[in-house]
Amino acid sequence: MHLLNAILIGVKDIWGHKFRSLLTMLGIILGVASLVGMTAIVKGMENGLKEAMIAMGGADKVLIRDQPVPSHQEHLAEEAPGRTMVDVLALRESAPLISLVSPEMSLNRVTITRGDKSVNPSECVGVWPAVLDMNLHTLAHGRFFTDLDEENASSVCVIGTGIRDELFGAPDKTGTPIIPIGEVIQIQGQPFTIVGMFQHYESEQERREREFRQSQPLQEQTGPRRQRGWGRRGGWAFWRKNYTVYLPLNTMWIKFRSAGGTDNIPDPRLTDIDIKVADIEQMEAALQQARNILMTTHRGIEDFNFQTQENQLENINRQIRNARLSGGLIAAISLIVGGIGIMNIMFASINERIREIGICKAVGATGTGIFVQVLMESIVVSLLGAALGLVVSFGFVQLLSSISPTQNAPVITHTAMIVAVIFSVAVGLVAGLFPALKAARLDPIEALRYE
Amino acid sequence: MALLELRNVSKIYRLGGEEIRALDDVSLDIDEGQFISIIGPSGSGKSTLMHILGCLDTPSTGTIRLDGMMIQDASSRQLAQIRNRKIGFVFQFFNLLPKLNVLQNVELPMIYSGIPARQRREQAMAALRMVEMENRAKHRPSQLSGGQQQRTAIARALVNDPKIVFADEPTGNLDSHTGELILQMFSRLSREGRTIILVTHDPEIAAVTPRRIEIRDGRVAHQLDPTLAGLNRFPTAVS
Repeated sequence: MHLLNAILIGVKDIWGHKFRSLLTMLGIILGVASLVGMTAIVKGMENGLKEAMIAMGGADKVLIRDQPVPSHQEHLAEEAPGRTMVDVLALRESAPLISLVSPEMSLNRVTITRGDKSVNPSECVGVWPAVLDMNLHTLAHGRFFTDLDEENASSVCVIGTGIRDELFGAPDKTGTPIIPIGEVIQIQGQPFTIVGMFQHYESEQERREREFRQSQPLQEQTGPRRQRGWGRRGGWAFWRKNYTVYLPLNTMWIKFRSAGGTDNIPDPRLTDIDIKVADIEQMEAALQQARNILMTTHRGIEDFNFQTQENQLENINRQIRNARLSGGLIAAISLIVGGIGIMNIMFASINERIREIGICKAVGATGTGIFVQVLMESIVVSLLGAALGLVVSFGFVQLLSSISPTQNAPVITHTAMIVAVIFSVAVGLVAGLFPALKAARLDPIEALRYE
Repeated sequence: MALLELRNVSKIYRLGGEEIRALDDVSLDIDEGQFISIIGPSGSGKSTLMHILGCLDTPSTGTIRLDGMMIQDASSRQLAQIRNRKIGFVFQFFNLLPKLNVLQNVELPMIYSGIPARQRREQAMAALRMVEMENRAKHRPSQLSGGQQQRTAIARALVNDPKIVFADEPTGNLDSHTGELILQMFSRLSREGRTIILVTHDPEIAAVTPRRIEIRDGRVAHQLDPTLAGLNRFPTAVS
């Protein structure tokens, strides 16, 4: 007996009981929809996290961080030098496996003012030009700091577009983008000249939305001026980059740090040392090299550790794996429940058709033929369910992205769809197995006599 | 050589501890082209005999040769193939599939023998013409009268050009006039050279066949065989 005939008969039977078949398929439909939907959400999440990750700097970036001295060096805690320029210079001179060293000295709780406007930047940091490569900044206007700025500790700064938006006006309010190069702003009350501005950083999603807004005509503002919504717009990583203010490291040291600290003793410690390894394959060796150097400069006191983006990447991957696993589990359970529904209906439909099966056997259907036919019917039910489930999942994802438009729009993947369909066919196959076996084993004489 | 040879065939069922001999040492020869009735009251074993002759069942002991093939030990799969190619069934309750139309019902045996669709259609239409049902090819069984349903069933039995056609009480569910017409149709098919075995409890129906085999308590109680006895072809009564 040809497979095609079996499929045709299966489809006919399903069509004969439309409502019953739909109810049977419901489990499969929900299972497939939740599997594909879940995967799409997780994929959206993953995309968002990866974008943020890239915005923060690549995988070859390593942060050198403070840590409490280990317990066996407890008595030396007072001697711990912390991260200073000595470390930076030593790393730069004697660690060939490290391509870039970027010291950072940051100022907390900063207020920047211009006229009657003020803004709190995400970070206000004294840096070397190496920071551009380190944090993947792109200068859109003006220049970055020169050696002369560093040497003279000039009162210059480079800002992100967020700072410009707050102090000078955002392009979507003023109509034309303002480039405030040469303007003077007050950082903690001290005047600084803006010499450069970064490009505007945004995620794919934000860019699409902005372009969409720009294509719409500007709406007339009614009533008093107001900010709509509380939260920051866009991802955290992008917000952080856009609200950055950089000063030359020396300027930061001389203007804000040398007169600060406890009891007016200048605090020479850096807030951050970021390094970039020359070759990511040699991460281990590079870190060892850096550790050796720092152990020398810190006189054997291990008050530092390394944080690699690798760890963060691993974290992200682990989160995604967990989300995927729990989503998959839910979907699998509903698919299995759907399979039980199919099995139930197949048993019912076989009991209804015992006599028909007897007739088929009398005119020459083999047990195998009947087996294949019942199995096909079950697979057709699950396949149709899977197809409907895919349709439902598209609607589901549409609904989700209309509810939360900005953050991590869900993305439907081909793999998820294929896996969902294969899984539901497998469920249909297993669910049809026992009913098909039962039907194939029917004795033709008994079956013909069945009332 | 006979078309169908039964030698010392017995069929034994066990119910609880008890042994029931539905068929007890039956030997029979059926030649090609014969028109035979198997008669007997209910419980006599005639249904069991028909099941074994029709390859729906295998005997407990004894041998059967159908068309030169020994089939007493055939597997259920082989039996299904023999039923498909060599045997046609007509039942008391017509046993058409309600979801298929007349043409599809007649095509059913050919689906299982793997005949391509075009040829199936042609053969099915030819079989329907034989029973004068070609005008109803697209009807559902539920839209047909009993006689029409039985004619469809006959067409289905004939469509694979079987060696033997079994009819199990073919008129049992029809009014006497329609039953008459169906019996005439079997007589006509017999004259065209078909081997037909009619299973019935009704001596009047059995009267249309030249040869009659009476089963009682699982044994052949009485045989009327014009070819053996040299009697005329149409005796009027069965003892």
